[in-house]
Amino acid sequence: MEFLLRKGQSKDRKSYWLRAHCLAVFGFLYLPICILVLYSFNGPGVGGFPPRDLTLRWYRILFDDGAIWDSVGNSLTVAFAAMLIALALGIPAALALDRASFPAKAVFRRLVLLPLILPGIITGLSLLMLFNAALVNLSLFTIVLGHGTALISVATTEVFAGLQKLDRAQEEASLDLGATYWQTFWRVTIPNLKLSIIGAALLIFTLSMDEIAVSFFLIGRNNTLPLEIWGRLRRGITPEINAISTLIFVFSLLAIVLWYRLRMKAEGGPDLGSELIEVAEN
Amino acid sequence: MFSRGYRTAITLPPVLWVSLFLLLPYTLMFAYSFWSVSSTQQIVQTWSFENYRELLSRDVYWQTLLRSMWIAARVMFFSLLLGYPLAYFLSFHAAKRKDLYYQLVIIPLWVSYLVRAYAWKTILGTDGVMNTLLQYVHLTHHPLDFLLYSPFAVVLTLTHIYTPFTILPIYAALEHIPRNLVEASHDLGASQSQTFWRVIFPLSLPGVLAGATFAFVLSLGDFLAPLLLGGPSGIMISNIVVSLFGAAYNWPLGAAISLCMLGLVVTLLFLTERLEKKWSFS
Repeated sequence: MEFLLRKGQSKDRKSYWLRAHCLAVFGFLYLPICILVLYSFNGPGVGGFPPRDLTLRWYRILFDDGAIWDSVGNSLTVAFAAMLIALALGIPAALALDRASFPAKAVFRRLVLLPLILPGIITGLSLLMLFNAALVNLSLFTIVLGHGTALISVATTEVFAGLQKLDRAQEEASLDLGATYWQTFWRVTIPNLKLSIIGAALLIFTLSMDEIAVSFFLIGRNNTLPLEIWGRLRRGITPEINAISTLIFVFSLLAIVLWYRLRMKAEGGPDLGSELIEVAEN
Repeated sequence: MFSRGYRTAITLPPVLWVSLFLLLPYTLMFAYSFWSVSSTQQIVQTWSFENYRELLSRDVYWQTLLRSMWIAARVMFFSLLLGYPLAYFLSFHAAKRKDLYYQLVIIPLWVSYLVRAYAWKTILGTDGVMNTLLQYVHLTHHPLDFLLYSPFAVVLTLTHIYTPFTILPIYAALEHIPRNLVEASHDLGASQSQTFWRVIFPLSLPGVLAGATFAFVLSLGDFLAPLLLGGPSGIMISNIVVSLFGAAYNWPLGAAISLCMLGLVVTLLFLTERLEKKWSFS
């Protein structure tokens, strides 16, 4: 990333230091990721410098590893189901915050957003107590409920942001022309929120795929991928984990590019930061 | 414009769900924190302040809580130190490359938390990349053992993970500063650093506050990084909670500690909100 250091219009020392600082921070952020990818090809295993005997052996072992792929399947199922739950409740929640008034609305708003800023351990443990009291056995289903509930916050923030840009006149026109609320919802409201909803869906899916703190307490017999990795890390480290992580990284990158394109089309630039401010300060 | 039926339809499902899966579990956790465990490992539902008394009287609990807060404070400090200049550069000096750099900040967020923590483990370990590199270039002859299994490793890893969380809201806040304010300051004869400290920095405080909250709260509740990289001296409060819910089997005491964390977080969010109201202009 030496282009960061290329001289801009201002050649004073301050700007130079600022650029050097940024370069160092990017280096810090990317160092572990580079190491991870690099050592997935390292013959002797994880660690040691310099990397040597570059090989695809770890990827071959990975492809024959049934347990890992089972857990990938579980994670995909969980993420998909959690996404459906979070959207099914997050979209109405955003609509309700936007256009209904009901008792304890402020409390409801805070409660919905809380899991986003709360350490996962609290969400996980409180749900564990609930399932325990209700005599529900822990399984992938309980993880789906946990992820779905925690990620309603993401769906709500994204869709609420979309609603602020929505022109209500369209819905009004639809209602005036005799459409029912149900028809207006599906034919006018939802299509107008399409990009927010897709953005939320991608974000929820990825967050669920990676979630570990809540799953940690709600896991039954079947592991999700992060928990499978966690189990293996405790037994000792192998480059197989580097290999699966590299593959997931590549897929996440594709998802980001997709998501980013959508956001760019929608509003000329993403604004994750503003949403984080919303969550922390409301 | 929206009928009563419509408003009920959008409000009721999310409110019910949130009551069942967030409010009820938190309430249950609250109740648990006043219960106790019998000698036959049964939960006894009699109400007392015993758990809270034990929390205050046994050094290990509040000392670990203090240590966790100290670790979280350092993570917050370093994340801001690394993040602020980068966000500033992004907003004021990146020009056409803004979007690219923004993406570069986001991408590490999409690499699994667990995998990044594990990558640091492979870097910092006795036979890890860092130690073998140092020996390879003959800077040391023995592996440095303070790198891994120490609070240092936990702070480093959590800083790595939460720096993007501080950059995004700071960047958003900086982007919302009207550029003509900055120009006005220059035109009226303020120097670069005067403009920064008197105009830009105060206006970016809401973003700083949001970033700081995220970094502090999320690292305070972390239990995976300490387990993976902390060693005995890097144990944090959530690790105690995990063991109380697992092998030590004392859910009520675990619930009491979790509730203290919850209280701490909610208080922090409340303070953040107050400060934000005080600092934000408009």
